Amino acid sequence: MGRRLLLEHDNVAGIETFDVYRKNGGYRSVEKALKSMSPELVLEEVQKSGLRGRGGAGFPTGMKWSFLAKPEGVPRYLLCNADESEPGTFKDRYLMEKIPHLLIEGMIVSSFALGANQSYIYIRGEYMWILDILEKAIAEAYEKGFLGKNILGSGFDHDLSVAPGGGAYICGEETALIESLEGKRGNPRMKPPFPAVKGLYGCPTVVNNVESIAAVVPIINDGGEEYAKIGLGKSTGTKLISACGNLARPGVYEIEMGITVEEFIYGDDYCRGIANGKKLKACVPGGSSVPILPHYLVTKTAAGEDRLMTYESLADGGFASGSMLGSGGFIVFDEDQCIVRNTWNFARFYAHESCGQCSPCREGTGWMEKVLHRLEHGQGNLRDIDLLAEINKKIEGNTICPLGDAAAWPVAAAIRHFRDEFEWHVDEREESQKRNYGLIREPQSIA
Amino acid sequence: MSSSHIDLSKRHSEKPVFSAEKMAEVQVLFAQYPEGKSKSALIRVLHMAEEEFGGWLSIETMDYVAEVLNIQPIEVYEVATFYTMFNLEPTGKYVFEVCRTGPCMLLGSDSIIDYIGSKLNIKVGETSADGMFTLKTSECLGACGYAPMLQCGKKYHEHLTKERVDEIITAYRAGQTPN
Repeated sequence: MGRRLLLEHDNVAGIETFDVYRKNGGYRSVEKALKSMSPELVLEEVQKSGLRGRGGAGFPTGMKWSFLAKPEGVPRYLLCNADESEPGTFKDRYLMEKIPHLLIEGMIVSSFALGANQSYIYIRGEYMWILDILEKAIAEAYEKGFLGKNILGSGFDHDLSVAPGGGAYICGEETALIESLEGKRGNPRMKPPFPAVKGLYGCPTVVNNVESIAAVVPIINDGGEEYAKIGLGKSTGTKLISACGNLARPGVYEIEMGITVEEFIYGDDYCRGIANGKKLKACVPGGSSVPILPHYLVTKTAAGEDRLMTYESLADGGFASGSMLGSGGFIVFDEDQCIVRNTWNFARFYAHESCGQCSPCREGTGWMEKVLHRLEHGQGNLRDIDLLAEINKKIEGNTICPLGDAAAWPVAAAIRHFRDEFEWHVDEREESQKRNYGLIREPQSIA
Repeated sequence: MSSSHIDLSKRHSEKPVFSAEKMAEVQVLFAQYPEGKSKSALIRVLHMAEEEFGGWLSIETMDYVAEVLNIQPIEVYEVATFYTMFNLEPTGKYVFEVCRTGPCMLLGSDSIIDYIGSKLNIKVGETSADGMFTLKTSECLGACGYAPMLQCGKKYHEHLTKERVDEIITAYRAGQTPN
C-alpha cells in the first residue's frame, strides 16, 4: 500500500467534524499559506507539484491558475466541480462524504492563491445529502474563523457556499457548469473567451475538480517538490481511483501514480482480481468516455511492457492500442459481459445527456444509439458497423464541447478491438440473443 | 436529449406559497450571490419548491418561483425542462430511480428494474395503483462500486438484490425509511 495523502484519515471516527479533522492535522495549510506565504508562492508550489486536473482532462492545475486574468476591481471566482457524473466515477463523492473539511481547506488555500473572495462548490443534484454534509462543515469553518472576514487575522476574506445541479451530465463541462450556476440551462459556451478571462458573471474564473482542490492541501503542507517525488514522470502524486464492474473488491482507492495495472486489479491491497474467479475480458480505465481496452492490452502495452497507472502509460499506443487515465473511473468487464450491449448502453447515456445545442451531437448520439440498439438486439447488418464509424467522424471535433467526442470515441474503440463480436451479432443473430460471445482472441499482431 | 414538455392539463388548483420559514431559507440563498445575481439560486429553489408542493413542479409552482426570484416565467420553464431531476407531473409518494448505466448494468440493474416493475405491477415511468411508488430509470448516479442501486429522495439504496428490494418496499409501505 502506498502513501495516502487525501484519504489518510478516512476511517477516523468523527473526521467529518471540524474538531476531529483539526486534531488530525486539518487546516494546517490554511495557517501556513495565509500567515507565511504570498498568493504567488502558493501558485508556485502548485506548479512545482506537477498536479494535473483530476476531473479527467489532466491539464496542469498550476498552469490553469496562471492563466487567470486579474483586471483591477473585478471579482475573481473559484468554482469547485463536484458534478461527478462520468459513468464509473464515484471518488469525489467518497472524499466529500468522508472528509468534507479537506475540500473546504483546499478551497480556502486555492482561493487565496487566486485572489478569489468568493467560491462555490457546484455539486450534482443527486448528491443532495452530501450538500447537507458540506454545508454543515462550512458552517463549522465559519464558526472557527476559517471562513468569513479577515481569516486568521491575515486580512484575507473568503465566502464559500454550495450550489446543487438538477441532474445533467453536461454540467461537468466547465462552461456548462458556469451557465448552470447562473441559473440557466447547462449549454456549454463557445471558447474563447475562456473562463479564466470571462467565466461566472463575466468575471475571471477557475473551475477545478474536487480531488484537484483537495490535493492542494498536502502540496502546501509538504511542499510541491515533495508531492512531485511521488509518482512517475509527469504523473505526480496520488490519484483516487474508483473501481467498479466485475471486481472482487470494488471501491475507492488512493494509489501512488506508477503502480502497475496488474497490481491494481489483482493485488491484495486493491481490487483482488475479477469477481467469482472469472477471467478479465476488457477494461475502461478512466470513465465511460475513454477507449475500452481488450484483456490483452490492459496489463501490458502493445509493445509488451507493463501498463502502469499513469496518464502516459494508460495512453501508450494512442487510440490504436491505448486508452486514458481520465477521471479514474475504472470499469472492469468479466468474460460473461457483452461488449456490444455495453457500447449500446454507453451510447444511450450520451444520447440522453447531450444538451442538444449542436446538431452533430444532438442527432449523432441518438443515431448511434439506434444503430447500436439494433445490432445488440440481433437486427443489425454489417453495414451498420461502418455506419457507426461514419457517424463518429461527423460528430468528432464538430461540437462546442467535448461531449460529442466523449460519445464518439468509446464506440470507435469498441469496434476497433471487438469487431469480431459486433460481426457475430449480425452473422449469428439468433445465437447472439441466447448467449454471450465470450473472450476475444488476441490478434496475431497489434497495430 | 433529455428536455421534456410541460403538460398543461396537470395543474395545482391553488397558488403555491412558501411558508415564512421557507422564505427565510430562500433569502439566505440569495445572500450567497452578488447583488442582482439571485437567479443563481434558481435550481436550488426549484428543488425546494418541488419538495414543498407535492413532489412535482406544476405550472403554478414554476410561475410562483419566477415571482420569488423576480424573473420571467420562461426562465424557470427552460430550466425545469432541462434538468432531469425535476418531475413535471405528479408522482407516487416514493420515486424509485434505478440506475441503468454500464457499471450498474454489469451487475444486474436490468433484472432489478424488471423485478421492481413486476412486484409493483407497473412499467418504467408508471405509478403503482395505490399511489405509493413511481418507477423510473436514471443515468449514472455515482454509485458504480456499490451497484446495483436506486435513489429514493435523498437516499441511495445500494448493493440491491431482490430480497433487498423487498425489504425496501416493505419499509416504505410501513412509513419507515429503510437503512
